[in-house]
Amino acid sequence: MFESLSDKLKRTLKNLRGEGVLRPEHVDAALREIRLALLEADVNYKVAKDFIARVREKALGQEVWQELKPAEQVVKIVYDELVELLGGTSSRLVFTRQAPNVVMVVGLQGSGKTTSTGKIALWLAKNEERKPLLVSTDVYRPAAREQLKVIAKATGQAIFDLPESNDPVLLAREAVRHARDYGYDTLLIDTAGRLHIDDQLMEELVQIKTETRPVEILFVADAMTGQDAVRSAEEFHRRVGITGVILTKMDGDARGGAALSIKQVTGQPVKFVGVGEKYDALEPFYPDRIAQRILGMGDVLSLIEEV
Amino acid sequence: SATRESLSEKLDSVFQGRKQIDAELLDELEEALIAADIGVPTTLEILDRVRRGIARQQINDLAALKEAIKRELLEILRAAERNGVASETSVPDDIRPYVMMIVGVNGVGKTTTIGKLAHRIKAEGNDVLICAADTFRAAATDQLAIWAERTGVPLIQQRQGTDPAAVLFDALKAAKARGTDVLIVDTAGRLHTKSNLMAELEKMRRVAGREVEGAPHETLLVIDAVTGQNGLEQARQFLKTAGVTGIVLTKLDGTAKGGIAVAIAKELKLPIRYAGIGEKIDDLVVFDPEQYVNDLFE
Ligand SMILES: Nc1nc2c(ncn2[C@@H]2O[C@H](COP(=O)(O)OP(=O)(O)OP(=O)(O)O)[C@@H](O)[C@H]2O)c(=O)[nH]1
Ligand SMILES: Nc1nc2c(ncn2[C@@H]2O[C@H](COP(=O)(O)OP(=O)(O)OP(=O)(O)O)[C@@H](O)[C@H]2O)c(=O)[nH]1
Ligand SMILES: [Mg+2]
Ligand SMILES: [Mg+2]
Repeated sequence: MFESLSDKLKRTLKNLRGEGVLRPEHVDAALREIRLALLEADVNYKVAKDFIARVREKALGQEVWQELKPAEQVVKIVYDELVELLGGTSSRLVFTRQAPNVVMVVGLQGSGKTTSTGKIALWLAKNEERKPLLVSTDVYRPAAREQLKVIAKATGQAIFDLPESNDPVLLAREAVRHARDYGYDTLLIDTAGRLHIDDQLMEELVQIKTETRPVEILFVADAMTGQDAVRSAEEFHRRVGITGVILTKMDGDARGGAALSIKQVTGQPVKFVGVGEKYDALEPFYPDRIAQRILGMGDVLSLIEEV
Repeated sequence: SATRESLSEKLDSVFQGRKQIDAELLDELEEALIAADIGVPTTLEILDRVRRGIARQQINDLAALKEAIKRELLEILRAAERNGVASETSVPDDIRPYVMMIVGVNGVGKTTTIGKLAHRIKAEGNDVLICAADTFRAAATDQLAIWAERTGVPLIQQRQGTDPAAVLFDALKAAKARGTDVLIVDTAGRLHTKSNLMAELEKMRRVAGREVEGAPHETLLVIDAVTGQNGLEQARQFLKTAGVTGIVLTKLDGTAKGGIAVAIAKELKLPIRYAGIGEKIDDLVVFDPEQYVNDLFE
């Protein structure tokens, strides 16, 4: 239905052949299309603006390469810059030798925290030979603790609970104790969904953090998130200091431009992507893949990769 | 930083200190609308009309410009509203049970909305029954059972993994036997790109229609206010396979403006029926286009 970005760029830049260098009028015409593509992919408008300014600087005056058509050359510059901004290579969870290592999972309502908590536990048990323990501190959402219990059972992971307690901080503290006493090297703490403007609940996260001293605080973000991603991510980061991002629901057709926005405002890398509702539907994050997806142009890239 | 501003703050700062309408002002307005997730095509269209109004000297000052944008947004929402179907608040007596299906992608607030809706519709003097047709997600039924208990409304459920259409069939039978006024059906979250799961919704619709004439009478698509441009494709696909009749815009208590719902209203003429403004039982209001547009500006 939409003309693809690569077609648009080819059209925009078709007169560029035979020129010696990339000139402002050519680059600007291409960048206008790229800006629209970024906005269509839900990259925050301000992040997109800064990004375009940076790319413009890089592109201007570059010699037109022999191997590529000018349109593809601009795309390559954009793509490389995008990969760079997304963090270059994939990042992993960082653990210390002091057990138990605590991983806190935080984010807005419905983003996929509880499911991701279960997925990470399974991932760590399967791929990193760790011995995880789960705990839910979501005392608010109906059946939230039950949900994590069902997931723990389905994935064969251990879970801690104090059914008679409704105190998130106490639950987290006792879970750490339990992990230490029973030899679990990793404690995954699921937290209730909350709005970044909910002062009281944001303070609760700070308390859980102070109490448990996590090595990782993962912000779970829905790949379908739009322009507001920068605000929630920035605020979660400001209040609790996140160390990484999990981008969920990437099995759909959302472009996932929020990943760029979040990386940009927090500086923290995306560490995993969720690609389904099943508990093994978790993958490491590869910046190049999502850069292609944001630009919506695997076609041109396969060309470029040959260069 | 600028990203922390709301649309209203943004618009106010756009207008502040300006005496006249210039190109820069219009650029900033474009950014403000895009920042609300209204999307590029709808935004450009609104601004196009506004530009024409300026050229024709129908819009001469900032106040008029503000009014013109409000009017454009409101017209989109009103046009969709006129296209809307019957509402459960005025159910003809001969439709019983009035069947409402709630659909949407994962985690947007379907189950919570059902809890709130049941409460609301019951308070209007109806006998309500809830059907737990999300038999997939962990503890989905337990979650809905708690909402049913909170609202004092009966629930039809089965074991996890049961065919959702079978649970629905049970619920339809029960609703008919009990003379229930309104049956509300929860469905599992599903991405609109999963054809097997979308086909499951079609099957449920068929079952409903076979048991109760005209059912489902209303199918509400739940859209999370933080949703970006993907929301439009969600709406297109759910409209196509599930016959969506209206939108519930949830999580409007956050900072996201839910502008994608405006794009949906414009593109697909789907009315926004309700707005979710929190996690409590009373946090559901009938969507008011005027108030929504004013809130974008105040
Ligand atoms: N398709 C898909 N669905 C996902 C993914 N991750 C989570 N979900 C679904 O998203 C919905 C919400 O997931 P939860 O794990 O309950 O989200 P949460 O953040 O814990 O929600 P709250 O606790 O209510 O804030 C569920 O239907 C999950 O099955 C994913 O990667 N892909
Ligand atoms: N702040 C806020 N939170 C909401 C609102 N509506 C729902 N929620 C929260 O969003 C999360 C997801 O809600 P659910 O009702 O479980 O969503 P769902 O669409 O049924 O999710 P799945 O069945 O997993 O697809 C829960 O934590 C709810 O409390 C709202 O209007 N405002
Ligand atoms: Mg949860
Ligand atoms: Mg649900």
